[in-house]
Amino acid sequence: MSTKGKVKGIIANLVIVEADGPVSQNEICYLETKGTKLMAEIIKVIGANAYVQVFESTRGLKIGDDVGFSGHMLEVVLGPGILSRNYDGLQNDLDKMEGVFLKRGDYTYPLDVDRLWDFTPLAVAGDEVIAGSWLAEVPENGQPHKIMVPFVFEGKYTVKSIIVAGQYSINEQVAIMIDQEGNEYPLTMIQKWPVKKAIKAYREKPRPFKLLETGVRTIDTINPIVEGGTGFIPGPFGTGKTVLQHAISKQAEADIVVIAACGERANEVVEIFTEFPELEDPHTGRKLMERTVIIANTSNMPVASREASVYTAMTISEYYRSMGLKVLMMADSTSRWAQALREMSNRLEELPGQDAFPMDLSAIIANFYSRAGFVFLNNGKTGSVTFIGTVSPAGGNLKEPVTESTKKAARCFYALQQSRADSKRYPAINPIDSYSKYLEYPEFEGYIEKRIGARWIPMVNEAKTILQRGMEVSEQIDILGDDGVPIDYHLKLWKSEIIDFVILQQDAFDKIDMLTPLERQQYMLGKVMEICNRDFIFDNFTEVSGYFKRIINTLRQMNYSDYESEKFIGYENELKDILKEREVA
Amino acid sequence: MATKAFQKIYTQITQITKATCSLKATGIGNEELAEVNGRLAQVVKIIGDEVTLQIFGGTEGIPTNAEVTFLGKSPTLKVSEQLAGRFFNAYGDPIDGGPPIEGEEREIGGPSVNPVRRKQPSELIATGIAGIDLNNTLVSGQKIPFFADPDQPFNQVMAMVALRAKADKIILGGMGLTNDDYLFYRNVFDNAGALDRIVSFVNTTEDPPVERLLVPDMALTAAEYFAVDKNQSVLVLLTDMTLFADALSIVSNRMDQIPSKDSMPGSLYSDLAKIYEKAVQFPSGGSITIIAVTTLSGGDITHSIPDNTGYITEGQLFLRRDTDISKVIVDPFRSLSRLKQLVIGIKTREDHPQVMNALIRLFADAANAKTKMENGFDLSEYDQRTLTFAKEYSRNLLAIDVNISIDEMLDLGWSLLAKNFKKEEVGIRQVLVDKYWPISN
Repeated sequence: MSTKGKVKGIIANLVIVEADGPVSQNEICYLETKGTKLMAEIIKVIGANAYVQVFESTRGLKIGDDVGFSGHMLEVVLGPGILSRNYDGLQNDLDKMEGVFLKRGDYTYPLDVDRLWDFTPLAVAGDEVIAGSWLAEVPENGQPHKIMVPFVFEGKYTVKSIIVAGQYSINEQVAIMIDQEGNEYPLTMIQKWPVKKAIKAYREKPRPFKLLETGVRTIDTINPIVEGGTGFIPGPFGTGKTVLQHAISKQAEADIVVIAACGERANEVVEIFTEFPELEDPHTGRKLMERTVIIANTSNMPVASREASVYTAMTISEYYRSMGLKVLMMADSTSRWAQALREMSNRLEELPGQDAFPMDLSAIIANFYSRAGFVFLNNGKTGSVTFIGTVSPAGGNLKEPVTESTKKAARCFYALQQSRADSKRYPAINPIDSYSKYLEYPEFEGYIEKRIGARWIPMVNEAKTILQRGMEVSEQIDILGDDGVPIDYHLKLWKSEIIDFVILQQDAFDKIDMLTPLERQQYMLGKVMEICNRDFIFDNFTEVSGYFKRIINTLRQMNYSDYESEKFIGYENELKDILKEREVA
Repeated sequence: MATKAFQKIYTQITQITKATCSLKATGIGNEELAEVNGRLAQVVKIIGDEVTLQIFGGTEGIPTNAEVTFLGKSPTLKVSEQLAGRFFNAYGDPIDGGPPIEGEEREIGGPSVNPVRRKQPSELIATGIAGIDLNNTLVSGQKIPFFADPDQPFNQVMAMVALRAKADKIILGGMGLTNDDYLFYRNVFDNAGALDRIVSFVNTTEDPPVERLLVPDMALTAAEYFAVDKNQSVLVLLTDMTLFADALSIVSNRMDQIPSKDSMPGSLYSDLAKIYEKAVQFPSGGSITIIAVTTLSGGDITHSIPDNTGYITEGQLFLRRDTDISKVIVDPFRSLSRLKQLVIGIKTREDHPQVMNALIRLFADAANAKTKMENGFDLSEYDQRTLTFAKEYSRNLLAIDVNISIDEMLDLGWSLLAKNFKKEEVGIRQVLVDKYWPISN
């Protein structure tokens, strides 16, 4: 018999429940108030008292109200039909809910139980399998969705039988497994998994090395992220965090994109709801929504499920990775999740760490980021979860606990800079402070050498050096004045400005400029570096800016034109003429 | 509120702080309302049979044997068409001498809109102020605050925006409003003949600060009634949210919560988000737009209140006095409307985004030139031109007393560009330059 309990205390959404039997940490329970069941999770136990965080408003809850414990942790349902759905943080299907307003205790099933799927078996009777082995395949929005041996299975099993190819719904029995003692386990197309545990049905997790193309030049060219890599984007509000995240999720060369809107603005999610069904995936031509899963727990939705939402998203990502797919997960913003932890820790009267965040914040964040990665599955195929989180540092101060903890965990750092945003230099990623650790990986170097040539990384580093010089010179000019420095300094400054305006800055709202394929990035960087490596002779500094502005303008017009189109070539020829004017013999 | 029959009266208070009191009681629901010697209070914590109440009017003079009755409901507002044209206090009781409202009683601080049921905002709100319409276009269903120092004319600008915005209803939520400002709003709305479109919930500086906590929820419950039940476009004005947040910190402090940054409660972000996220475009046509005021201390936006607000709202509007033209302008650098992308160049002329950006970029160049000048350096010919441009741009477009249509703003923008710059200096797409660059130059 399952454990039951009674409400003993209420402090906002922290409720103390007296249990009449055994309970476990992180177990899910339901609080009954006026006929509605409210879901909650145990976060602390003292004697018979379970401290639970309720995922809903506790308005009207009374002392003595009944509580039922479920015997399991927070789980998600995994199976065909997850793609293009909009879930809340607890994997309830938001579209199945009735009415304009969210109702308390309205829990909806995440999958479609009636839909028939084209089932093709991959395994045959007698096959030896383990957790995560592929048994069958059903096409889901153009992706080969694998039906796998449930991840909770331990040890070796034998396939006793598997149903013939045909159309089945998710709850029909499709296979029977036998363990080594001869016990039989019938399987359907779905399985459950507790979100706070990582799915580890893979053979090994090597260091990631393959470039994940995002079409954003300041990322791909300057500080690239890789398949299975981790990155984070901290930035004060108004520096373009969300626009950048949306650009990456629209353009990245991934099979599946999982977006966790965690404690952010509802209208931003609405933008995805509205645009993604219309926009095309630039890589497959299918609609973007078909490859996307949205976990929406916006800032006005219950705080406690914010934490759950990122775990739900990560578990779904890992599930698709186990099918050998390239998954990109974005979370906006991990700071809201950390704040949810803080609210709870505060109500539990735990001793606070810095800025009242819980002491183990750093460990929690590191553990979460470690779930991303590139893996070799047990059948030798590869899959990846690339994770990019945003951080909203309080007051724009990067020394706050969430940013600092994340910096230790993530390998790419994209620092959004207020002053760049103020002068509308978007995306406002500071090229000097930001980094990608992957540039130092010999594995990545080897890969990129094959992909676009051995000269690439040295050229990128050269560009970074010019940017750094430009910044130093600009500071000196600010102190000494335009005429207080040699003309050569102005040249240095303007060369770095070319890189800034033509490579770093990109118009996320222009149809052509928003997405730059790697080949085009290579071409443009080559073009820009060629100019930067030229010698120019000027008589005085006033000529320098005017001349370079013309160069920048022409290069920008190239960015706005279709690659290698007549217009593009026209501007390129114009550029040649401009350069000829100042040719040094 | 009259006491109902068979209501249990408690008379033993065990603990009193400046904002809360505790007593032993059973069968009480969380967030339920109570009356303590006639003062309205709300349940904020229950441990066993000990119930903690937050008393909105403060606990001054509350005796340990005060009469406490529980009302069996959380705070409510009666909604109907009768709300229009009326002034209420934080509890929703009339303060204009008129009769009480008859209508359906609704709990305030109700549930959130299901995000998949929202519609993407797409209706432009024209204000005639170029600093807003041109650079930071507002959209219905948006939430945006003015970040302003207390000495800036934010109440005037907000009243102006409200009256020009063509909303079906304007709902004013005044928190810690000075009596003078309250009368200012009353007069402006009255003079504009708009009083019948206005509903006001006002907590003035004379009222207890904790009462303020009810004002946004009251205002938004009324807003939801008109937007959902009546499909109207509703504009909610909340001033001043900094004083609301201060009231939050008072309560959390009294409840011994560990403060986070700037002595604000750790839940400040969620508390503010719950209010601002009520801004929504409903698919049925109704909408709630929130324009708020967050006063700053010395322009510091890194303080917890503006900082958390900035992360929640869809942009912010900064007012600043431009000493070159001696007028208050909407600062183009620090102001932002996140939703403008949904309307500019779509609901407005195609050249809007690029003209807007070019003007701001050149204004930034002017700011750099100004710094150079102040540091005693020689200015280049280009610097001189940016300075001339900046003055004209500031006076003719950024100043808050501008009142023209968006097409006029764009035309004016092009003429300022053509007057001061060469085509290749403005960095606008060639096709647009070819089409809109004034011919006379």
